[in-house]
Amino acid sequence: MIPALLRIDRRSEEYAGTFTLHLSADDGGALPEFMPGQFNMLYAFGTGEVAISMSGSPTGDKGYVHTVRVHGLATQALGRLREGEQIGVRGPFGQGWPLDQVEDRDLLIIAGGLGLAPLRPLIYSLLNGNWKARRVRIFYGARRPEERLYREELPRWSEVFELRQSVDHADTAWPGHIGVITGPLQMAEVDIQSAMAFICGPEIMMRFCIQALRSKGVAESNIYLSMERNMKCAIGHCGHCQWGPNFICKDGPVFCYRDIQSWFQIRAL
Amino acid sequence: MKGMAQLLREHPFFSGLDEDYLELLAGCGENRIYNTGDYIARENDPADHFFVIRDGQVAVESYLPNYGALCLQTLHKGDIFGWSWLFPPYLWTFDARAMNEVHVICLNGKCLREKCKTDPKMGYELMQRFARIITDRLHATRMQLMDVYSPQPPPLERSR
Repeated sequence: MIPALLRIDRRSEEYAGTFTLHLSADDGGALPEFMPGQFNMLYAFGTGEVAISMSGSPTGDKGYVHTVRVHGLATQALGRLREGEQIGVRGPFGQGWPLDQVEDRDLLIIAGGLGLAPLRPLIYSLLNGNWKARRVRIFYGARRPEERLYREELPRWSEVFELRQSVDHADTAWPGHIGVITGPLQMAEVDIQSAMAFICGPEIMMRFCIQALRSKGVAESNIYLSMERNMKCAIGHCGHCQWGPNFICKDGPVFCYRDIQSWFQIRAL
Repeated sequence: MKGMAQLLREHPFFSGLDEDYLELLAGCGENRIYNTGDYIARENDPADHFFVIRDGQVAVESYLPNYGALCLQTLHKGDIFGWSWLFPPYLWTFDARAMNEVHVICLNGKCLREKCKTDPKMGYELMQRFARIITDRLHATRMQLMDVYSPQPPPLERSR
């Protein structure tokens, strides 16, 4: 429960209001390993803590990478920090993506907006060959072309995987798809026997993606999603993130849709 | 080289349609190729056709004064567009422009309207399929309007 002091080695602006922090231990030592889909609690001193997903490689890096969108006081404070400054970090916490199940599967990675961040460690794991799926397709929806994350990495991903990007709004200089991400998803041919979907994005976007997947016959047990709620203690004690019988911080943030669908459909929960 | 009926048969929109109907539809269809920048449809022009995209990308645009063409969505291989031929005044309500070389099957709406009048069962079959596409497009437009990736969610007092 005591935060470790980590230094900001690098800070990069993804687009207005969204930035990525590269963190490492002051002494250059190794940090606890993590699984794609897990998160850390980042502590901006004097302001507060916020749960932020891991977005760096789970192997090969000495530090952690977190992509943050300025939303409340804690993220505003994190946004004001510069390279060389320190933050407190607790973690890693939570359950990650079930990578041990992807072998020989037709994997659909579906990200919306900032939802690409918790999926990037998974993509790195697949790129590194740590886990092998039979086929990997990435569907990435964003608001505008300039509001996509990790723009410099996307071309490389598209060389290895099938990458379908869609933006809600763009001028005609944008050569890709304009429209919502469910469009390319609905057009995709899916082998329902081997299909497995990992989704992260705004809850409403995930809901529509689940509808599209279900209409194609993908089973509830083959759909996984990363949920976001107001997490405080991160170890299932405080109850801030309680969601039905689950604590998002401890039982999630990644859930199998089969296990949570009854809660997912309750309004205002 | 595949015949028109075969091309239609392979498209999900026509999947499961009676062979007789497919032959009738094929009689109203022709292959066309558009080059980059070509307009396939212009707003307010007579809408006598609908299109099945076989290859390429089409921008659905609306012209805004003092702004220019605003792209509302793009359509791709396998998509269908154009239903203004179904309803009076049979005029296009948007521009459709080829963003690269586009191969389409162009189906003559006037010809189809006549065939649907004489064979209401076929007309119903087609309407059901068009209604599905229109519903999907409406659903997508609603989602687009929600601006789900916006950093600022809609104010609570407006949500009920």
